[in-house]
Amino acid sequence: MLAQRSFDHGPLRRRGIAFDTVTSEAPQNPVCIEIQSLSLWDGATQALRSVSLIVPERQVTALIGPSGCGKSSLLRCLNRMNDLIPGARVSGGCRVGGVDVQDHRVDVTQLRRRVGMIFQKSNPFPQSVFDNVAFGLRIGGCSGSELEGRVESALQRAALWDEVRDRLGESALRLSGGQQQRLCIARAVAVEPEVLLMDEPASALDPVSVGRIEDLIRELREDYTILMVTHHMQQAARLSDQTAFLHQGELVEVGRTDSIFSQPRDPRTEDYVTGRFG
Amino acid sequence: MIRRIPDWMFPRLTGAVAWALAGLVLSLILGISWMAWPHLSWAAWVGPGGRASNPLDPRSVCLAPLLIGTAARTFLMSLAVIPMGILTAVYLAEYAPSGSRMARTLRWLVQVLAGVPSVIFGLFGLGFFVGVVGGGLDRWNGDLASPVWGRPALLWASLTMALMTVPVVVVATEEALRSVPRDLRVAAIALGATRLQVLMRILLPNALPGIATGVILAIGRASGEVVPLLFTGAAVATQGSVALNERFMDLAYQVFVLSTQSPDPQASRPLLLTSVWALVFLSLLLNAGAAILRSRATPAARDRL
Repeated sequence: MLAQRSFDHGPLRRRGIAFDTVTSEAPQNPVCIEIQSLSLWDGATQALRSVSLIVPERQVTALIGPSGCGKSSLLRCLNRMNDLIPGARVSGGCRVGGVDVQDHRVDVTQLRRRVGMIFQKSNPFPQSVFDNVAFGLRIGGCSGSELEGRVESALQRAALWDEVRDRLGESALRLSGGQQQRLCIARAVAVEPEVLLMDEPASALDPVSVGRIEDLIRELREDYTILMVTHHMQQAARLSDQTAFLHQGELVEVGRTDSIFSQPRDPRTEDYVTGRFG
Repeated sequence: MIRRIPDWMFPRLTGAVAWALAGLVLSLILGISWMAWPHLSWAAWVGPGGRASNPLDPRSVCLAPLLIGTAARTFLMSLAVIPMGILTAVYLAEYAPSGSRMARTLRWLVQVLAGVPSVIFGLFGLGFFVGVVGGGLDRWNGDLASPVWGRPALLWASLTMALMTVPVVVVATEEALRSVPRDLRVAAIALGATRLQVLMRILLPNALPGIATGVILAIGRASGEVVPLLFTGAAVATQGSVALNERFMDLAYQVFVLSTQSPDPQASRPLLLTSVWALVFLSLLLNAGAAILRSRATPAARDRL
């Protein structure tokens, strides 16, 4: 399935993608995710067109672009959630921490424990707060006092512990919308992934909750590689170290966030970030 | 034609039919209770103290063995129908390739099972469970002269009833599994859950009220059903013991026998009335239980309000 398993960046330049930022303003951090010539078909329509992207470790990479440009599809390729969509086909490759994600020999359940995912609409289980955070740990075989400790530390890392420490037995659905989303983050963080994929994590929340989620993302950045889809240009500008602009399934431009927003190279990027379309 | 009917008429007509039906049900319940009330003495439940008389004499029969027999066959039926129904529904909802000809055929066959007349189930139970399975067990034991399993009995009646009611459980369970929000499934998968873990930890717990509703409806249908029991193991009187390979006494069967072939209708009237009363209240209770569970059928949706 994979034409190439080595990842040199020559082909990127030959394809004319504005990728020079990787070499000229190369982020200091080591590479965490390498996406190379990734194409995705959803039935007959092509959702991604040979996308190549390097995501450095412990940074926030924002994926921006108009609706239907393939941002979410790209995210779902990285933890193989695309497998759930009948008729989806992938070519090209992506590596997370050196592991070829699309390789059929990869244990997807292990992969998904390494690559956590936060959804646009918070989706806590209709169980207690504790059981929600414990879910991933329990299916991994963790129990007893170790479980309790890890649930607590996950809730702390999601900046939720102080609000729910006395409500651990309560149904998660009683929490507010913002709390539910942070609970979902705690649930994902509990299994100690390397990568967090966030699909518009704050788009369905009120402004105060959005602020909290953004603070949280800034903190999580210290420990996790975050790849975040957002519709919100200012949010991408505030939060991310690197920004990638997708348009009609194509990666138009990627670079340091400040340069993408201040001096985009591609006219389409400029139109989008200045709000002329999208 | 339709235009000439004044608008006020149709609400009244439809309402009259609906209320007539409701009145019928209420008068049935109240009438039975009214008639049975004088006979609902302690003795009607547990029988006269000195159990001297002929067990075939309805005056010496009481509700207790009937209720025990009905409870036993319903319990055994549940033991069979719950796993059978849930496993089938899990396959149909989760594993059978959705929309495939095979899945559709399978679902259609389950629905056919629901439409088979109960007398056919009775004959099937007699032929298959009593004859083939029971008879086979006896043959394997090598004693054909005095059959232990190859005769109508509690176990065979329960299994026959389980086959008859399994479509109810399958349909309810499949529906309940499908109505678990997709979000929850996706969330569990994204946390690295295997399909089995998603099923055991997310789908089945969230589908539980729906599954329980199906099971109660199945029990409700089975507990009042007589016809399959005619062939597979009900008896007017027993020695009083309850065993898998013995005949058993049953409420609905007793009502059927007393009302159609009682040797002494006057003498059997009290027992008939109390049995009918017990049967009606059993079905009321089961229906109420099903209604309560159904109102909880989607805990996720309810809690989100």
